[in-house]
Amino acid sequence: MTSDSRGTASTFAQLGTVTKYSFLNYLRARRFLVMVLIVSIINLALTAAVAYTRSAAFLDSTPLGFYGAWWGSFIDISILLTVVFFGGDAISGEFQNKTGYFLAPNPVRRSTLYVGKYLAAFIASTLILVLFLAFTLANGLYYGMGVPTQFAESFLFAWLYLLTALGVTFMFSSLFKTTSISILITVLLFLFVFTVIDELSTILLKIEPWFSITYAEGIIANILTVPFPLHYVAAITSGPGARFSFPTYNATVPEGLEIMAVYLIVCSLLGLLIFERKEFN
Amino acid sequence: MSKTYGSFNALVDLNLKIEGSKCVGFLGPNGAGKTTALKIFTDLIRASEGQALINGEDAHTRKKAALESVGTLIETPEIYPSLTPREALTMIAEIRGVPRAERKKAVEDAVAQVKMEEWLDKRVGKFSKGMKQRIDVASSLLNDPSILLLDEPSTGLDPRGMSEVRTIVKSLKGKNRLIFMSSHILSEVADVCDEVAMIDHGKLLVYDTLANVTAKFSGDVNVVEVGLLNPVDPTFITASISKIPGIVTAEKMDERNIRIKYSGGLDTQASILSDMLKLNVPVLSYRPAASALEDVYLNLIKETL
Repeated sequence: MTSDSRGTASTFAQLGTVTKYSFLNYLRARRFLVMVLIVSIINLALTAAVAYTRSAAFLDSTPLGFYGAWWGSFIDISILLTVVFFGGDAISGEFQNKTGYFLAPNPVRRSTLYVGKYLAAFIASTLILVLFLAFTLANGLYYGMGVPTQFAESFLFAWLYLLTALGVTFMFSSLFKTTSISILITVLLFLFVFTVIDELSTILLKIEPWFSITYAEGIIANILTVPFPLHYVAAITSGPGARFSFPTYNATVPEGLEIMAVYLIVCSLLGLLIFERKEFN
Repeated sequence: MSKTYGSFNALVDLNLKIEGSKCVGFLGPNGAGKTTALKIFTDLIRASEGQALINGEDAHTRKKAALESVGTLIETPEIYPSLTPREALTMIAEIRGVPRAERKKAVEDAVAQVKMEEWLDKRVGKFSKGMKQRIDVASSLLNDPSILLLDEPSTGLDPRGMSEVRTIVKSLKGKNRLIFMSSHILSEVADVCDEVAMIDHGKLLVYDTLANVTAKFSGDVNVVEVGLLNPVDPTFITASISKIPGIVTAEKMDERNIRIKYSGGLDTQASILSDMLKLNVPVLSYRPAASALEDVYLNLIKETL
């Protein structure tokens, strides 16, 4: 087919465009409001519970203890919900809902679409993370807790975990063309599969689950513990005629960061490759 | 190029070269391979063998260069429901490289062509299928593309919308554009297309001008329909019009329409019109009959999936 030709936008400009409009779509979608409500409800419930019970776990401890109990206990589930909401069907939806037919047959690389949507989901998810952060800080400051540097580190680890978990979610989303399946797989993976693998590896095989992302994200809460938990702890229980050993592994900070970085790189590349090769039919 | 899914051959050695400024109708029954071919041209799927080239650029390996001056409408795309047509089309305009200063006007012009101005700032999620299809058509017109790949552009549109799409395609032909359009509507193809490619079971059956296709497969007999300003006497039709050189038969369809079968090509078609005007026949319209194309279609495509 031949005819005249004219220029098109640069890949960088196209990336900005896809990110901007995908983010706008996220912001206006009901799921963003639902996620804001969930995080608000979790934090308001915590606020009310701490105010009413004056729990020693929160108020009679150091600032690190307060932030560990508040942020460290609930941020991982919030991140999980966020990545499922914003990443679970991000790519599969382009196939099932046929929105991909509007964007893809244009002079734009598929990788640009993938990365643009990924960045949009990351920005939207970051807003939710910041909302959680704001609730935590507001309560901490209200109760006279200073902000320790470890809390800033914990926030950065959580942010990296969010980026990584989104990468994993996007990879699974690009594997399937049905949104419900890609969402279900993501939920099962983070809620059950990784957790079961962690437990089986530690308790039965007695090996460190260095290959698990949920093992790595332990550094988000552990950094708020002083001293930092030991890398390996063996709890020994003795009974009549029997002696049981229950090992516990805690990822060190460098190890946790490395695992997350590897997941981020591998899953992002795999997701991109799958989306590049996937056919709209 | 070819495309296979397991043992199913969706496209078999499709070899089609289209160039110039014209409208080419791409016809075939359901499952014939029309959308498959268009999807390969837009890199929505990959050819199992061969290449789809646009302006010499491979649509898969050099997609950005290949599609830079191509407007596309494949199947019935959905738009992010929370966006307005203005936002969705601005997104496409930005991707297609419409300069910032021209973007607003380009979007508004495209929306005006599909008569959706009053919905420009309403969210797409509330639109009917036909309204979305109009916006999809508008998106294919952004950045004044020199090639348009349209997959059944009238799908989901009401009669007025279908007519408007035909008007848009005709106007694009006037602007020296190349339009490759699949359709099930033979009258639409007969009305707006200069050439026709027919495909069945993934194989190209014929590609030629509309007149040549109908002549070739109708025993060199073509059909034109003549619209009349005033009714003419039936005896005048049999005594005078049917005696014009080239005409095989001339028959009255109703008070204001005559159906003429003639032997020959475009030259004969033109000379018949000229002779009728000399006979003071009040010709209002004169065009190849869609039914002729239908006859060819039904003859060529004996079986459908």
